[in-house]
Amino acid sequence: MEDWKSNGRSFWTLATPGTFWLVVFFLIPLGYLLILSFSSKAVIDGQVSVNDYDYITGIENYVRAINPDIISIFIRTLWWSALATLACLLIGYPIAFAICFMPERWRPMALLLIVLPFWINLLIRTYALKTVMGARGIINTVLGFVGIGPIEMIGTTGAVIFGLVYVFLPFMILPLYSTIERLDKSYLEASLDLGASQFQTFRKVTLPLTMPGIITGLILVFIPCLGMFLISDELGGPTSWMIGNVIQAQFGTSNDWPFGSALSFALMMLTIIVLVMQWYYQNRSKGAQ
Amino acid sequence: MKTHFPISRMNRRNLLRGSGALFAGLTLLPYKAMSEEEKKLSFYNYDTYIGEHTLADFTAATGIDVKMDLFADGDELFTKLKAGNPGYDVIVPTNDKVERMIKANMLVALDHGKIPNVANIDPAFMNPTFDPGRKYSLPYMWGTVGIGYRKSKVTDASSWKVLFDDPTYAGRMASLGDQEHNIGCALKYLGYGYNSTNIDELNKAKDLLISAKKGIKKYADDNGQDLLAQGEVDLTMEYNGDIAQVMAEDEDISYVVPKEGSNVWEDTIAIAAGAPHPENAHAFINFVFDKENGKHIAETIQYATPNKAAREIMDEAYQNNPAIFPPAEILAKCEYASYLGEEALKVRDEIWTAVQAA
Repeated sequence: MEDWKSNGRSFWTLATPGTFWLVVFFLIPLGYLLILSFSSKAVIDGQVSVNDYDYITGIENYVRAINPDIISIFIRTLWWSALATLACLLIGYPIAFAICFMPERWRPMALLLIVLPFWINLLIRTYALKTVMGARGIINTVLGFVGIGPIEMIGTTGAVIFGLVYVFLPFMILPLYSTIERLDKSYLEASLDLGASQFQTFRKVTLPLTMPGIITGLILVFIPCLGMFLISDELGGPTSWMIGNVIQAQFGTSNDWPFGSALSFALMMLTIIVLVMQWYYQNRSKGAQ
Repeated sequence: MKTHFPISRMNRRNLLRGSGALFAGLTLLPYKAMSEEEKKLSFYNYDTYIGEHTLADFTAATGIDVKMDLFADGDELFTKLKAGNPGYDVIVPTNDKVERMIKANMLVALDHGKIPNVANIDPAFMNPTFDPGRKYSLPYMWGTVGIGYRKSKVTDASSWKVLFDDPTYAGRMASLGDQEHNIGCALKYLGYGYNSTNIDELNKAKDLLISAKKGIKKYADDNGQDLLAQGEVDLTMEYNGDIAQVMAEDEDISYVVPKEGSNVWEDTIAIAAGAPHPENAHAFINFVFDKENGKHIAETIQYATPNKAAREIMDEAYQNNPAIFPPAEILAKCEYASYLGEEALKVRDEIWTAVQAA
């Protein structure tokens, strides 16, 4: 393949639509939000304007974000996202393994079942969960027949985390599946032949070899969890706001787009820190090999 | 040298021809739009907030097609129009949003001459503080925020105490999901004004809301009536009309405006700035305030109509429904939400974030 310098015309033909898309629909709006996050509402005739801004006035929105309420919601968001991600890993790993060790002809069907929920809108799936878990929902009706319950499920922290796991589990299973599938099974046989126990084989051979899939899965689940607001809104109780809900409120009820933008960028920084840590970890493990 | 592209020379004749066409286009466009507006209207409204066949009736009467889009709350309406009107003609903003939108030049002044049915409106509604002289908005429906409850479970809901300051029904209660009603009603319970901007009073309301949170099962955005009907909660802060709708299906549900007073609100009908069909919009508004059409709308949605002529021909059950028309002495203690200004709203939003964080 020739490089883009010697074949400029076809390179630009191929690259222009994508670049155009990226600049117009991604970089420009994002740049506007970045500017907005350093701006404040204009004061016109001594009154703070509803819709007009004074651009680039300083970092007051970021300073405002350093407040105990916002920080405690940030911590809650990190904690719940971590729990949901961990639960996804613990549930997803055995499932991905099971799919890989299934007879070949069942695998497409199993993968289809994993992907199937994506064909239904997230909001509708969340509403369906509400119907299943409600006080007079399907689970409690069944429990009622055997004389248990009703158990309060909707409106609890557990419901939010369950909802996150339910929605993001496929993002964990698919990368795990693709790494486990490529895993050379002769390594496992060699390890067992050489006298390692099943547990030792898993810990010393399987786990390190599937680590790239685990890391990808963790990132694919953790990052969207951080920004989620719909699930906490619908399934959570009175103490269910995640940072996504705060940001959503700034762009809605509060009509404070500059503060909402600042919070979004703070969240983005957090995400970038996570990615940098992952990159650092991968480089270090490469160095060790 | 050959070129694949036609090159147009900018000579004097071409320039004149071009600019002539340009000016013809510019000048003809508004005339055309004014003389023969296309037979279309875009209506932006809450869900279940118009008569069952009002839109079809309007199309039958005028030949104008109505496309109705739905918003979930006034904030969604405001946010959608904030960045520029995406093509809506008639909108339904609440009183405080009207005030805010007038300040932000987001509404078109109404031509009362094109709305003769204004005469049907109760004169008591014709000069509110949020829109003096009704230049920009006309009263569509009004109502209160109060407590909807299950009679077999809750004995007395006549005070906000039951929601804010009483463990009896802890875990069996819901509240609205917005800062305005929670902070405002907490202020009313504490004996302050609904629109207070006094920081001490607001902080007391914040403390009250944080301690009340222990008893709240859910801040329901706008579905407290469903939680009540499904038995998820026994008591909820809600809009009267939403409770009236489930009361019609469940005799065990009732509604009361607490004795400390509450919020009275008015949804208005207005024309958004940049509306593509202002003539049709005026015709539609006039149609809505017709006596018979007003009656049909009120019958469907079970809110209080400011359309006096329509109310007079409604049946007794509607006229005497205490959920729709609360007792006058309690109504006297209720307040409209004012537009408090962006700075005061920021203070209230920080309080609400603190309540959510706690």
